[in-house]
Amino acid sequence: MTFFETPSLRIERLTIRYGAGCPACMGGGILEKNRCAACDTVWSLKGVSLEVYPGEILGIVGESGSGKSTLLQSLYFERPISAGSAYIHEYRGGEADIFTADRQQQREIRNIHMAMVYQNPLMGLRMRFSSLGNIAEKLLAAGNRNTAFITERASELLGIMEVPVARMKESPRNFSGGMQQRVQIAKALANDPSILLLDEITTGLDMSVQARVLDLIRKIKYQNPNVSMLLVSHDLSVIRMLADRTIVMFDGQIVESGMTDQVLEDPQHHFTQQLVQSML
Amino acid sequence: MSGNTFAYLDEGSKREIRRSIFKAVAIPGYQVPFGSRELPIGRGWGTGGIQLTLSIIGRSDVLKVIDQGSDESVNAVNIKEFVKSFTDVQTTSDSEMATIIQSRHRVPETPLRNDQIMVLQVPGPEPLRGIEASEEATKVMHAEADYVGIWLELYEDLIRHGSITAPCNYPVEVQGRYIMSPSPIPKYDNHKLSGSDCLYLFGAGREKKIYALPPYCTAVSLAFEDIPFQTEDFRGKSCCLCGAESVYLDEIYDAATGDLRYQCSDTGFCKKRRETCGAAERRLEA
Repeated sequence: MTFFETPSLRIERLTIRYGAGCPACMGGGILEKNRCAACDTVWSLKGVSLEVYPGEILGIVGESGSGKSTLLQSLYFERPISAGSAYIHEYRGGEADIFTADRQQQREIRNIHMAMVYQNPLMGLRMRFSSLGNIAEKLLAAGNRNTAFITERASELLGIMEVPVARMKESPRNFSGGMQQRVQIAKALANDPSILLLDEITTGLDMSVQARVLDLIRKIKYQNPNVSMLLVSHDLSVIRMLADRTIVMFDGQIVESGMTDQVLEDPQHHFTQQLVQSML
Repeated sequence: MSGNTFAYLDEGSKREIRRSIFKAVAIPGYQVPFGSRELPIGRGWGTGGIQLTLSIIGRSDVLKVIDQGSDESVNAVNIKEFVKSFTDVQTTSDSEMATIIQSRHRVPETPLRNDQIMVLQVPGPEPLRGIEASEEATKVMHAEADYVGIWLELYEDLIRHGSITAPCNYPVEVQGRYIMSPSPIPKYDNHKLSGSDCLYLFGAGREKKIYALPPYCTAVSLAFEDIPFQTEDFRGKSCCLCGAESVYLDEIYDAATGDLRYQCSDTGFCKKRRETCGAAERRLEA
């Protein structure tokens, strides 16, 4: 029981701002959207705190520019932060802030304990390399140097993601969008990460392909009961289908959070109400 | 030639290059940037090696220059003539006589000594360039020993072709730290780098980098646990001129007869072998 009470990821007051800030906006003054009228500072994230537990899928919704992707990118060390801290259970038992870890340790966290699936497969895949090679990259990064093991593991993952054996040596460049997305997910799973960051993974895919990708995410959840996922999407039906808990972001802040059903059926914040209402 | 300083380059330039060499020796395998000077030949034609040679050469040195193993190729002869005309040093084709050996694409067959310096010309010093185009990024990768990309390239080669096909320029890990391009020497020569008695200097004139492999440093050719590093195999073949076996051989194809012949790639080695063998035979006859 105590195990499930330990979050696999904890973020505390994460803030990213572009600009020096001024007494008005630093002190929590009123912003125009997320920009300070007095000093032009843009607050991409403002004091975001959250916890994700093992086996949980946390949905993150919000309009464009609300900070959803920025949140994932900062966790994946792709965007420097201004303030705040984050702890993951796999790194020093969740005692040490991952943002203060040195770059080598951060790379290890990125390669072994976390994985990101991007909306655009060009971001997550090396198109010059084969699909097997793409997955091998993660395994090599974790220190594997046995080619027989690497090839076996990569083929296994691509198999789970329904990439035909005959095409594994091909570059993902030759694949359709949905297939590229599946290669990306296979790559993300290579080292059995405890935290998966999924950034709009079904956006831009047609309905049947979307359904297949979502199905695979569900499959991952049941096969790896301890993996936590942060699922960013502006598609509420995706959130409804997958997320256990959902947070709503607005202008770089979390304005609402709770069980997915509760947030979608009984939205409290005016933005969430607007979002739910505008659902087709 | 009057009006020029000894060894063509001005003293300031030579001093800067020597400082870079010191740094390179102090950090084996690390690429030290330097201000590559203009030379009367185009960059990419051995200017890195020439600048190293000109900076370290003294009046008592004996210079050997080889190009793909050959002492007599146009490039080798011209570089030798160039250095000679600005230093008056003695030149040789005998690698045992030489104190400085400048080379492109080969390390001599005869084991080198501690009092010799091997200068290698390098077209592309950056082993990470294949996977990362940005110099800024590769510097960070070296600093963090992030060499996944090099391993990935080897793995990709392996699954595409069934074996690692890179014939030369095969990366080595120096002293367990930096991964270094050994310049386009054949894989066959890689083992000569590790724990060698002589100092290896690498110069890339176009890319403005100097790096070094000091004597007795380890330089391990990268290999997967289950795929051992393999070099060219010349078993059962020998030089048609001197009869040498277990040396690096050039394959010569005769289009008229369809014959395949093999010949020592290291012409200085081959020539010396023939001379000493010939002398021995003459002694026997006498």
